[in-house]
Amino acid sequence: MTWLTPTLLFVVAWLAVFFQTQFHMLKLLVGTPIGLLPSLVIYTALTHGIGLSAAFSIVCALWLDALSPARLGTSIPPLFFLGFFIHLRQHLILRDQLYAQFWLGLGAGIGVPLVTLCLLNIGGKELIVGWGTTWQLMVSGLANGILCPLWFWFFDKLRLTFEYQPLATPPFRPDREIKYGRH
Amino acid sequence: MFYKRAQYIALAFAAVLTVVLLNLPPGASSRLKLALGSVFLPLFGLAGSASTFVDRASWALIPKKVAIAEIHRLQRENDQLKLAAQEGADALQENQRLRQQLNWLPRSGWAGRLKPARIVGRDPTIWWRTCTIDIGSRHGVRPKLPVLTTDGLVGQTGQVTETQTQVILVGDPACGVSVHVQNETKDQGFISGSQVSVLDQSVVGVSFLQINRRILAGQTLVTSGLGSVFPRGIPVGTVLDTQIHDGLFTQARIRLAADIGRLQEVWVMLQ
Repeated sequence: MTWLTPTLLFVVAWLAVFFQTQFHMLKLLVGTPIGLLPSLVIYTALTHGIGLSAAFSIVCALWLDALSPARLGTSIPPLFFLGFFIHLRQHLILRDQLYAQFWLGLGAGIGVPLVTLCLLNIGGKELIVGWGTTWQLMVSGLANGILCPLWFWFFDKLRLTFEYQPLATPPFRPDREIKYGRH
Repeated sequence: MFYKRAQYIALAFAAVLTVVLLNLPPGASSRLKLALGSVFLPLFGLAGSASTFVDRASWALIPKKVAIAEIHRLQRENDQLKLAAQEGADALQENQRLRQQLNWLPRSGWAGRLKPARIVGRDPTIWWRTCTIDIGSRHGVRPKLPVLTTDGLVGQTGQVTETQTQVILVGDPACGVSVHVQNETKDQGFISGSQVSVLDQSVVGVSFLQINRRILAGQTLVTSGLGSVFPRGIPVGTVLDTQIHDGLFTQARIRLAADIGRLQEVWVMLQ
């Protein structure tokens, strides 16, 4: 059942992009739509291979661009490079530690919109940017920082429940067995 | 070795895909966007059905006494509106007669061309102000049509699919509106997305107003009719304050008449 977590990751991302377009009361309350994709990309990059990680970030970016006025492809570089660099440094990241997950999510929640902003500015798009953007980035960072450990908890629990676990090596070694009797 | 190669392949694929997508012709790009966006149609449909269900369930919970009181109130309001409409029709006839005498072109009314629509989604990013409504080309909608509520102007239609339309809201950089202040000098200005409040969607800026002391807080603004999108006379907002920009023109902050942050239903003005 190794397909379960990847499939569910895509379903959650699909719902996450859709939810970004709904719940305007939450948007009015915190002043920004909350994007959940950076924290999901972090989880995928730290737990899956480069193929799935790249496919996930590209598909998420295309879905997001399809529902926003941005030019198609604008969101690919920020999300892809986030997943790519995290995957490259996978062996250096303490992925099981809560604080590492939080700080990664926080950084991604701020970094991804910032890189998108730079790309859109380079492309000459007119945007709504001001001092309020700082607040929006802070909210995005905090939301992703909180959500990142939750994704790890949720998907790991799911994997443990539904996927086959490797058998633990038994302490018994036949070569060290004490054989009694005449030999 | 294989692992490194996979990384290079992924990197090259993402780079090539980005370059190709960003350089697609606008028509192909929007068609591809529509195809990708259609993945969300079941969710939009589900959200619409859930919203209708919640509405109907809440109607069932309203006590009969409250419902009857509301009907009476609406009947009274309807009577008043009928009288106002009669008065308006008389004034319109008179206006048309006078226009004929002066050989002016008849002014086309827009009240009969309004199509109701429901908001089904909002912009998922923070850089623009758009929303999606549940009517499209099948219902006669096309790009660059005015969108309004009974309170005032909301924006204009953008990209149109068969069943959905993107609405570019007032305050977005892509939705410029020519307005005039309802004072004795009818000062004209322009709303663009350059002086909007990032967090408060109901406040936008009006630029290029004449430098004079006749623009005061509390005065209302309506569309001027200049440009090809918005007809004249749609309420836009109320002046909050003004300041002179580099001694060249007056800038005003206005509060929009339509509560853009809490929109549920809008009207699209068909041609």
